[in-house]
Amino acid sequence: MKKLTPIIEWGTLLFCTGTVCFYLFVILYDLIHRGAPSLSWAFISTQPSAGMTKGGILPAITGTVLLTLITAVVSVPLGISCAIYLNEYAIDSWLTRVIRACIRNLSGVPSIIYGLFGLALFVQGLRMGTSLLSAGFTLGLLSLPYIITTTEEALRRIPASTREAALAVGATQFESIRDVVLPAALPGILTGVVLTLSRAAGETAPIMFTGVAFYINSPAGYLNQEFMALPYHLYMLATQHQAIDVVRPLAYGTALVLIMVVFILNLTAFYIRYKHSKNDE
Amino acid sequence: MNIAARENFDKVVKLAIRSTGLIVIVLLGGIFFMLLYNAFAFFLKVSPMDFITGTQWTPSGKLASYGILPLLVSTTLVTIGAMVLAIPLGIGTAAFISEYAGKRLKNILKPAIEMLAAVPSVAIGFLGIVIVGPFLAHLIGQPNGLNALNGAILLSVMALPTIITVTEDALRGVPNSYKEASYGVGANKWQTLIKVTIPAAAPGILAAVMLGIGRTIGETMTVLMATGNAQAFPHGFLGSVRTITATIAIETGEVPYQTTHYFALFAIATVLFIMTLAVNIVGEYFVNRFRKYHSA
Amino acid sequence: MTNDLIKLSAQSVNLWFGSKHVLKNINIEFQQNKVTALIGPSGCGKSTLLRSFNRMHDLLPDVRIEGKLMLEQQDIYEKNTSVTQLRRRVGMVFQKANPFPKSIYENINYGLKINDVPKEERDGIVEKALRESYIWEEVKDELQKPATRLSGGQQQRLCIARTVALRPEVILMDEPCSALDPLSTLKIEELIIKLKKDYTIIIVTHNMQQAQRVADKTVFMYLGEVIEMGNTDDIFNNPKNELTGNYVKGRFG
Repeated sequence: MKKLTPIIEWGTLLFCTGTVCFYLFVILYDLIHRGAPSLSWAFISTQPSAGMTKGGILPAITGTVLLTLITAVVSVPLGISCAIYLNEYAIDSWLTRVIRACIRNLSGVPSIIYGLFGLALFVQGLRMGTSLLSAGFTLGLLSLPYIITTTEEALRRIPASTREAALAVGATQFESIRDVVLPAALPGILTGVVLTLSRAAGETAPIMFTGVAFYINSPAGYLNQEFMALPYHLYMLATQHQAIDVVRPLAYGTALVLIMVVFILNLTAFYIRYKHSKNDE
Repeated sequence: MNIAARENFDKVVKLAIRSTGLIVIVLLGGIFFMLLYNAFAFFLKVSPMDFITGTQWTPSGKLASYGILPLLVSTTLVTIGAMVLAIPLGIGTAAFISEYAGKRLKNILKPAIEMLAAVPSVAIGFLGIVIVGPFLAHLIGQPNGLNALNGAILLSVMALPTIITVTEDALRGVPNSYKEASYGVGANKWQTLIKVTIPAAAPGILAAVMLGIGRTIGETMTVLMATGNAQAFPHGFLGSVRTITATIAIETGEVPYQTTHYFALFAIATVLFIMTLAVNIVGEYFVNRFRKYHSA
Repeated sequence: MTNDLIKLSAQSVNLWFGSKHVLKNINIEFQQNKVTALIGPSGCGKSTLLRSFNRMHDLLPDVRIEGKLMLEQQDIYEKNTSVTQLRRRVGMVFQKANPFPKSIYENINYGLKINDVPKEERDGIVEKALRESYIWEEVKDELQKPATRLSGGQQQRLCIARTVALRPEVILMDEPCSALDPLSTLKIEELIIKLKKDYTIIIVTHNMQQAQRVADKTVFMYLGEVIEMGNTDDIFNNPKNELTGNYVKGRFG
């Protein structure tokens, strides 16, 4: 009995870890195993056809790429600038602490609420209609708190003495930020940006009522028009199509492409972080 | 550039950066006011009492009824289910990673968990339909297995990375001296973990659970795809449910602008917002308490 | 002695961090081309005083300064004083070596670049500064290497080179050797003595031997006040104040 207990104890923890790994394995295995047969050059390079039962997902891919780009254009400059304001310029007071707490909590706000906000502000309030731009702005807002938080963390890791060194040779505060602080914090900022964008690329709820469409006739690319996107395409193929069994292989193919896009972005972020941690040694 | 020009430029940039900071704060604050404003418009038309105690959510019926209870119960049911599944697994995995796994194993497990966190919710929802659904259907003899249990299983998978990461941080934050003291009186690794490390990390673990709950409550696509979305009052784990998030997702697309129904969706979104905010604030409180306690 | 030029001075200076009174009625003068050591127990305000001469407190919230700090005839805290210009005239070397996370060359070149030194002159100035700081021989073949790969002592000499490259009039040194081994410390002390002929140097130090080795003048501070100042020899061998005597003999601190 005495010899058995450690095995049971250790086994319990191993079981937990094993189950978690099993989940990841099942997700990857199922998507790859059943999605790979659908993948082909034609699948990612042609328009859907025959009422979505045939053809490829090209417009959904370009739609997701464009959407992510707009998200980046909206959130990256604003987010980094806001983080610089908070970490470099704002005087630490109860006000900045409240602002920080708000921004942290905003990153916990459900994405569907951003969708509602996008609908009320961009689609209806600013009369931008359901469009690529409305959806991009909505995802941009959703991404802002993450970009701000990760950028501020990266800035905070740069010691005050580095800033003082620049000031002491006669740099202005902005010059010290531009020439010394930002370059040093860049890998950390970049990691945060890429991870945030990978999250945005996979989001569905915020774009559902701000501009995404199941099918559009023209190729994506018009800022003021509706567009297709990979996550929404998967959702529609999986739940709303009238011939659900017929399109299942297409749904699997779409899911696999989506997860590949997200993982490639994630691996890029890991790579930046890994390379940076090596440089530090 | 001469010094005066450089110093002026510095002032201009400072002003510009300060104003972008303010723009962001206004924009993000706008979300809160937009929710409150529209929710307020709703309560001018429907009494808060009817909203809170109503057991029917039938906004498109002839006699429209806006009771949030069925949605609230659905969200709670799915969340509780997800936590029952995720908390023990999450703590167990975190304990394994921080106390038992070697460096090389850690270097595999941690990225794996980050990968799991990166899977988009729509993909998890899809797998709920094609894997978990049929599995449950086979097990309990239902046609498709789209019910609260399915949603709970999927959400537990989505909450796991958060719970594991934050718990592991908490366990690692327990000072080594505590563990050494425990070994010193003859306790083994397991006894130390159960009797010393986990209790010492309790506030951090609680924070992990709270942040996991926050993620679960607000998740939309998985529950939308996997729980069946029946409008009736929920009947337990094996029945179909329709959460707050799913209701917003389904109905917002079709609702006419600025009708009572439109405002009603903002009202339930406000409830959702307050729930996640409360959970996150409690979580943050425990994270801070844990830090203070151990840095003292 | 008396006809020596007064380079820096403080007149009735008081400084508060929030409600904490850190510098109390400081009256002090620093002579040109001399090394002055600021000594005193931790927390006596010597670093705070040093940093107020090139306005390093500007970015901190809640700092209040009263009284006058002068660089020759210029009021350091006057509204029209350009802080950028001031810092070019009053250079600083910090307690912990803080090279920029850039190459060795770029560490020195950066100050020249932002201060509009013509491009064709920079290479020469970089070399001269490195030579003056006795680090040229060690790094001349690897100027493009990241400065963070240098040893602690080399990094500190690089920081000094970075400062002298700009030809300031005053160099403030805030315990420049506190993180270094004895050999590196010795090298830096030699360097300080050599630099004296071109610069006015103020050095904060905890090390009594160091003060005696490098400083012409010594100032003893205690709890935010200047207790005694004078020639280094007098301060260490003939202190007028009992507190000074106890401190330099190592009875507290």
